[in-house]
Amino acid sequence: MSLNMNPAMNRRSLVAGVAGLGAAGILAGCSGGGASSDGGSAAGSGSAIKIGSIGPKTGATASYGLSVTNGAELGCKEFSVDGLSFEYRSEDSTGNAETAVNAYNTLVDWGMQALVGPTLTGPSVSVAASCNDDRTFMITPSASSEDVTSGKDCVFQVCFTDPNQGKNAALFLADKYADEKIAVIYNSGDAYSSGIYNAFKEQASASKLQIVSEEAFKDDSASSFNNQLTKAQAAGATFIFAPIYYTPASVLLTNAHDMGYEVTLMGCDGMDGILGVENFDTSYAEGLLLMTPFSADDPASADFVKAYQDAYGETPDQFAADAYDGVHAVAEAIKKVGVTADTAREDACDKLAAAMLEITVEGLTGTLSWNDKGQVEKDPTAYVITDGKYVKA
Amino acid sequence: MKFLNDKVTRRDFLTYGLVVAAFIVVSLLASQGVIPRSLSGQLVPVTCYVVMAISLNLVVGVAGDLSLGHAGFMSVGAFSGVVCAMSLSAAIPDDGIRLAVSMVVGALFAAVAGFLIGIPVLRLRGDYLAIVTLAFGEIIKEVVNCLIVGTDAIGLHVIFNVAGDKTVDDLHLLEGGVAIIKGAQGASGTEKIATFAAGFVLVMIALAVVLNLVRSRAGRAIMAVRDNRIAAESVGLSITKYRLIAFVVSAALAGAAGALYGANFSQLSPAKFDFNTSILVLVFVVLGGLGNMRGSIIAAVLLTILPEALRGFSDYRMLVYAIVLILVMLFTNNPQLKLTLGKLLPKREGAVAHGE
Amino acid sequence: MTVFLQYLANGLSMGSVYAIIALGYTMVYGIAKMLNFAHGDVIMVGAYVSFCATSYLGLPAPVAVLISILACTALGVLIEGLAYKPLRQAGPLAVLITAIGVSYLLQNAAQLIWGATPKNFTAIVSFPVPEPLASLNVSAVSITTIIVCLVIMAALMWFTGHTKMGKAMRAVSEDKDAARLMGINVNRTISMTFAIGSALAALAGVLMCSYAPVLQPTTGAMPGIKAFTAAVFGGIGSIPGAFIGGILLGIIEAMAQAYISSSLANSIVFAVLIVVLLVKPAGLLGKYVPEKV
Repeated sequence: MSLNMNPAMNRRSLVAGVAGLGAAGILAGCSGGGASSDGGSAAGSGSAIKIGSIGPKTGATASYGLSVTNGAELGCKEFSVDGLSFEYRSEDSTGNAETAVNAYNTLVDWGMQALVGPTLTGPSVSVAASCNDDRTFMITPSASSEDVTSGKDCVFQVCFTDPNQGKNAALFLADKYADEKIAVIYNSGDAYSSGIYNAFKEQASASKLQIVSEEAFKDDSASSFNNQLTKAQAAGATFIFAPIYYTPASVLLTNAHDMGYEVTLMGCDGMDGILGVENFDTSYAEGLLLMTPFSADDPASADFVKAYQDAYGETPDQFAADAYDGVHAVAEAIKKVGVTADTAREDACDKLAAAMLEITVEGLTGTLSWNDKGQVEKDPTAYVITDGKYVKA
Repeated sequence: MKFLNDKVTRRDFLTYGLVVAAFIVVSLLASQGVIPRSLSGQLVPVTCYVVMAISLNLVVGVAGDLSLGHAGFMSVGAFSGVVCAMSLSAAIPDDGIRLAVSMVVGALFAAVAGFLIGIPVLRLRGDYLAIVTLAFGEIIKEVVNCLIVGTDAIGLHVIFNVAGDKTVDDLHLLEGGVAIIKGAQGASGTEKIATFAAGFVLVMIALAVVLNLVRSRAGRAIMAVRDNRIAAESVGLSITKYRLIAFVVSAALAGAAGALYGANFSQLSPAKFDFNTSILVLVFVVLGGLGNMRGSIIAAVLLTILPEALRGFSDYRMLVYAIVLILVMLFTNNPQLKLTLGKLLPKREGAVAHGE
Repeated sequence: MTVFLQYLANGLSMGSVYAIIALGYTMVYGIAKMLNFAHGDVIMVGAYVSFCATSYLGLPAPVAVLISILACTALGVLIEGLAYKPLRQAGPLAVLITAIGVSYLLQNAAQLIWGATPKNFTAIVSFPVPEPLASLNVSAVSITTIIVCLVIMAALMWFTGHTKMGKAMRAVSEDKDAARLMGINVNRTISMTFAIGSALAALAGVLMCSYAPVLQPTTGAMPGIKAFTAAVFGGIGSIPGAFIGGILLGIIEAMAQAYISSSLANSIVFAVLIVVLLVKPAGLLGKYVPEKV
């Protein structure tokens, strides 16, 4: 390839390019405000409390981000009762910390009073630091690293922390499957997966679990797990612990099935949603164990599941339920301390943060209360997939 | 002011002037609180991308080597800068000095990486060079992903987690020690010490380094190698030497930009510096014009802000971004469309052409 | 030993997927001399079209594949005409950036059309695999992919070597201006190249997703880059090179994952690529053209 490297030729190009970009900017300005959608102005007061949410709505992790932003939107609609009224707006983070901070700043410009987001761990740590600096109340539905909340008094989590999940999974295995030979397959390029793995490993050695194989993969090699499975099989593993999201997990299960490898798979909350993968043969997932706080097949969540399906045409997963519970918690905290649409963001932050330590929420994902580290206290539940449904184990 | 009689010098000083003016205007506006947060929050990342674009332009535009792995050097700079800033937080209490030191360290590490990678890579040319730089970018990403680094009273502890079975606990940090880089989880809880002013200074340094290099004897040699390798070789210029100079200087600047970037966020994951980031910077360079530093600056600023400015499009945001990108490329590079656009905007076209 | 053979078989299966993508890449590169970074996304579109045809319209697999091939061919010609053709006189980098724009466009359009939630792709072929392959977990899809690769490779070599259009393509690849002087319609030839490349992409998409069943808007991006690597590995522009490069890439990746480190597998693949290029600067089967002075 011979490159034309003549700088003079490109000067005029630049002018034209600048003009084009300028035009795009004007276009963007004209359509401003299109992103906001009213959660529920039913209260009629005309002034609603502004709730923001952030998640990857485009890119490889968009399915998780859309679940969170949809769940939060539904929450804002449903909790706009009893004189409470929410206005809701969500912004795209593309799964990137820098864009998430930009999304956060956009929401602050809009007048957001409380943030239910972001979705992924990395972006959440960055946004949480900004929230702590500017005094914005933040509750993340799904970012599970301890780094998100540590040292920040106004940041809370709806989901379990990674160490908590990894530890609980190991304790569960020690209790029920102590004799199995366990292989671990985790995503070494992902904060969530490697965070759980680290805690699992620690507890597993304390509980004397037999780990026969530990294999990693990366997002760019998540299209096939044949090699990892071959290794696990060769090591005689009868059980696989895979703290990974449901998208790669569906590949893992298909690969295992195609290999004829009879093995029990166990995952954490990110595994929830696997039955929602369109066209996925759920018989492959038969017997799959997962530690998740939410099940769409639980009668207690039926109303939520129906409302969600009506609004978005999909079965909600744990991401959506956690986001819904996040809005629920904000609503409860607001009732407790009386935040209104006129409360400044900074004041709302201090009041809500104080209220969070006192409230108890009967949510979709269990009975939730919060400790002073911002971490949620709820009971872990193990589900097993039986006949294509999530059943409590 | 006699030196301004020289056309090239005048052009360079116009570029410096533009950057200084932009900095002053933006700082004034920011101090008045006129700039919305969505924009002011982007000031530091924008300066990082500007430096990235200037430095990549040195390799792609001036030296004529297509590099698809520039984000790798940013990654090296970012993580070495973060480690430096975190471990020196007690020794150097002043944020500004610590930031400067960490940017120098980031630049040094990236320069070393650039030198080591440059020696094999620069034996190749064209698309083969492009794929090898892409390969190195991905390798850097994976290697950083395996790093576990912590600091305590004794000093730095580093583990290279090849087998994937090590955790932070294996660092055996003493009481009061902190883990800085935790593999895939990256660096989190880092202090945000970057400022727009520091970004501005870095942009000026990058511009000064690159423009002076380009106008120097070495710069003319680099361009001679680009334009006609065989002719350059025949007059006794060492091809590898001059391409290597461009490559290493570029890597060092990218490293400094990375260190600044890392100091602006409290979380930094290795996955950020992937192929897509490299491509993004390449887009700035191509759109701004090969070898045209002022163009790179303007393109980097506009294209960084563009996706944020498009938030009004909601779900169609990235789609519109893609369409704008394609249209801009078509309008700037197709002779007929360019002509049509020129008719639509006769004044601007003429005015700037004169300014050049 | 059995385990080793199994890794080898895994690598071969993955490699055949890389190979079939790389064939399309190398075809377009070899003739149009452009790095079409949108190729991976055309693959994704091909897989989605086939998925819709089978799952929503209930069409049999061969019909679905045919529809997908037609749709991708049309898409490829459309992209070429709208986005690449106006840049024929511009530098190669301008086309490269436009291709990246097209890649973003396809990914985001796909998300708007088909949603972000992943879909599970049902393999389009299944037949009982004979021993000893079955015990090595070689699937029907992998066998089909390898056979399809070989057929395509032979067909492409015959096409470029023996037909008038194919010879025109080779002429365009050698020297566009000289080809034009010889009366070859360069624009039409390049459009034809994109049509063939995109048809191959559709086939690759269907086979890739039969092998790795998750389908989402970003499905094509990473395999696209890997296949590009494979094409360079084998000598970009060389048709047998793309096949060999793809297969070798798959095997090296499998061996690296199995015996060295699963977190560094990609790095090892890329390191091998770098070493190969340093020894053979034009890839395994590429033509090295010494410069004339």
